[in-house]
Amino acid sequence: MSTIITRRTLLAGAAASAALPLAGARAQAPFGVGFVYVGPVGDHGWTWTHDQGRKAVEAAYGNKVKTSFIENVAEGPDAARAIRQLAQAGDQLIFTTSFGFMNPTIQVAKQFPKIKFEHATGYQRAENVATYNARFYEGRAVIGTIAGHMSKSGQAGYIASFPIPEVVMGINAFHLAAKKVNPNFKTKVIWASTWYDPAKEADAAKALIDQGCDVITQHTDSAAALQAAEQRGVFAFGQASDMKAFAPKAHLSAIVDDWSGYYVKRVKEAMDGTWKSGDVWGGIKDGMVKLAPYNDAVTPAARAAADEVQKGIVAGTLHPFTGELKDQKGTLRLKAGETASDEILSKMDWYVDGVQA
Amino acid sequence: MTAAILVSIFMTLAAAATPILLASLGELVTEKAGVLNLGVEGMMLCGAVAGFAVAYSTGSVALGLIAATLAGVAAAMIFALLTLGLGSNQVATGLALTIFGIGASSLIGAGFVGRTITRLGPLFPADYAAHPWLRLVFGHDVVVYLSLALVLAVSLFLRRTKAGLILRAVGENADSAHAIGYRVLAIRTAATAFGGALAGLGGAYFSLALTPMWADRLTAGRGWIALALVVFAAWKPGRLLIGAYLFGAVATFELQAKAAGLSFIAPEVLAMTPYLATIVVLTMMSLGRRTGGRDAPACLGKPFPAP
Repeated sequence: MSTIITRRTLLAGAAASAALPLAGARAQAPFGVGFVYVGPVGDHGWTWTHDQGRKAVEAAYGNKVKTSFIENVAEGPDAARAIRQLAQAGDQLIFTTSFGFMNPTIQVAKQFPKIKFEHATGYQRAENVATYNARFYEGRAVIGTIAGHMSKSGQAGYIASFPIPEVVMGINAFHLAAKKVNPNFKTKVIWASTWYDPAKEADAAKALIDQGCDVITQHTDSAAALQAAEQRGVFAFGQASDMKAFAPKAHLSAIVDDWSGYYVKRVKEAMDGTWKSGDVWGGIKDGMVKLAPYNDAVTPAARAAADEVQKGIVAGTLHPFTGELKDQKGTLRLKAGETASDEILSKMDWYVDGVQA
Repeated sequence: MTAAILVSIFMTLAAAATPILLASLGELVTEKAGVLNLGVEGMMLCGAVAGFAVAYSTGSVALGLIAATLAGVAAAMIFALLTLGLGSNQVATGLALTIFGIGASSLIGAGFVGRTITRLGPLFPADYAAHPWLRLVFGHDVVVYLSLALVLAVSLFLRRTKAGLILRAVGENADSAHAIGYRVLAIRTAATAFGGALAGLGGAYFSLALTPMWADRLTAGRGWIALALVVFAAWKPGRLLIGAYLFGAVATFELQAKAAGLSFIAPEVLAMTPYLATIVVLTMMSLGRRTGGRDAPACLGKPFPAP
C-alpha cells in the first residue's frame, strides 16, 4: 500500500488527519513509514534511489507496512510542515532524505517523542532521531582512478552543486585518485548552484568540454551531463544510479546509491521495538555504495586499477584520504600515513592541489 | 581562445535562448490581446512530456514537436475556457495552470523516466557546417531557425497587418473593439492558443533537443523567465530576441568563465549575474518610463465583458 502526498494536498490531509484518532483499532493498522524527498521521484537520481528503498520496504513487509512520501519539499521551514504532516497522519518511522531537512527534522521530532525519525546526511541526532549517510567518496575514488586512466587531456570536468562538505570531499577524493594515476591531472569544477536543472547541467558539461576536459563527472541529480558528453564524444560517469541508457558510449561507470538494505533493516527494528538512535555511515563494504558495471571502453589497466581500489577500500587497507596531504594553500591537513577521520571528512572545506574550484 | 571554442559557446548560447524565446514570444502575443497567462511553465511542461512521449513511442522527433505544440494548445484552451469562457481571475487561473502542468506532466511522464531518444539534430547536412564559422549559420536545428523566423513573423503581423492591429486593439481597449464589431473573446482565445502552441514547442525543445529525456520539472523554471522577458522586452518582439539571447549569453558566460578558471570572480557572483542583469535592465526601463510612454497593453489581465 502506498499513498502519494503532494504539497498541494497537504492542507486537505491536515484536516483529514484530525479525524484519525477516532478511527480506532490502531493495533491492527499497518506500520506507517513516511519519506520526505527534496526532489521529484522521477529525477532518476538521488530521490529516485531513496524511492527504490521505499519500494524495497514495501516488497519486504507487504501489508504489514504502509509507506507514504512527500516529494519536492523545499529545504528550510517548509520542510517542517511536510514532516509534521506525515507524523500527524500516523507514520511511526519517518525518513527525511536531504541535508537541508536537518533542523526541521529535529524540531518536529521534539514535538513527537514517540515517533522515530531518520535524517540522511546530517549530523544532529536525538533520542528519536538517527542519522545515516553513505560514503560516496569511496565511489568517487574508484571513478577517479578510472578517469585518471581514461583521460587523454589529463583534465576532468566536475559539475558540483553547492560547496558543502559532502560535495567537497567528493571532489577531493575523485581528484586524489586520478592524480595517483596521472600526477599532472587537473579537475575543473563548475558550481551549478542547484541540485537539479537538467538544461544547466548540460550547458555546464559543454563548457567544461569546450575547455578541454574529456571526462565529465557530476554531483548534481540528472543525467543531462552524460547526454552532453555522449553528444561531444567524451567520457562521463553516472550519478546515484546506473545511467548507461542515457549515454551508452560515454558512461564508463556510475556510483550507485543503494538504500534498500538500510531501510528494510531499520523498519524491521522499529516494528520489533529494537530501534535505537545512532549514526550509520556505510560504504562499498556495506553495500550502500556500489559501482555500475564498467563500459567496454574501459581499458584492462583501468579496470584492474579500479578493482584494486575497490578491494583495498573493502579490506580497509586503502583509505581515499591518506597523508601526506596538503591543501591548496600549502597547509598540512594529514600527516604522512595518517588517514582522514570521519570528523575531518564531515567538516571538509578545503581543496587539494590540482583542483580548480 | 580558438575559433572552435567561440563557435561552440555561441551554439550553446543559442540553444539556451531558443526555448525561452519561443515561450515568451507566444506569451507576448497572448498579452498583446489583453490576456495575462501565467501558466507558461505548466504549458511548457505539458509540451515537454507530450513531445517526449510521442517521439519515444513513434521514433519520430518531428511528430514529437507537433504533439508538443498541440499539447500546449490544449493546456492553453483549459485556461481560455476558465478565464474567457467563465470569467475566472486570470492571475489565479494562470498559477493554477502551472501547478496543473507540473502534476499532469509528472503523471504522464512517470512511465518514461530513465528512457532516452535520439536528439533533434542539425537541419543541414554536416558538409555545410564543416568550417567552424559556417556552423554559426548552418549548424543549428530546425527549431532555432523556426524561432527566429517566428520573431520576424510576429513583429510584422503586429505592426504591419490589419489582423495585428485588431489584436492590439482588443488588448488596448476591449470595449471599443467590441463596440465596432470585433469578436473580443474569439480573438483572445486565438491569441491564447498561439501562446500555448509556442510554450509547448519551447518545452519540447528541452525534452527533444537540449536534454533528450523526460524528468520531472524538466524546464526548471524557464517558464517564469519567459514571462519576465516579455516585460523586459516592453512587449516588442525585436527586444524579446535580444533579451532571450542576452539571457543565454549571461547564463553561458557564467559557466564558461568558471570552466576557464576565472577564479578572481567568486562563483556566487557569477551565479548572480543573470539576476543582476535582469534587475539592471528593469531599472533602466522603469527610469525610461517615467519620462512618458506606456508599454503594457491597457487591458492586460482585465476580464471582458467587465464584471
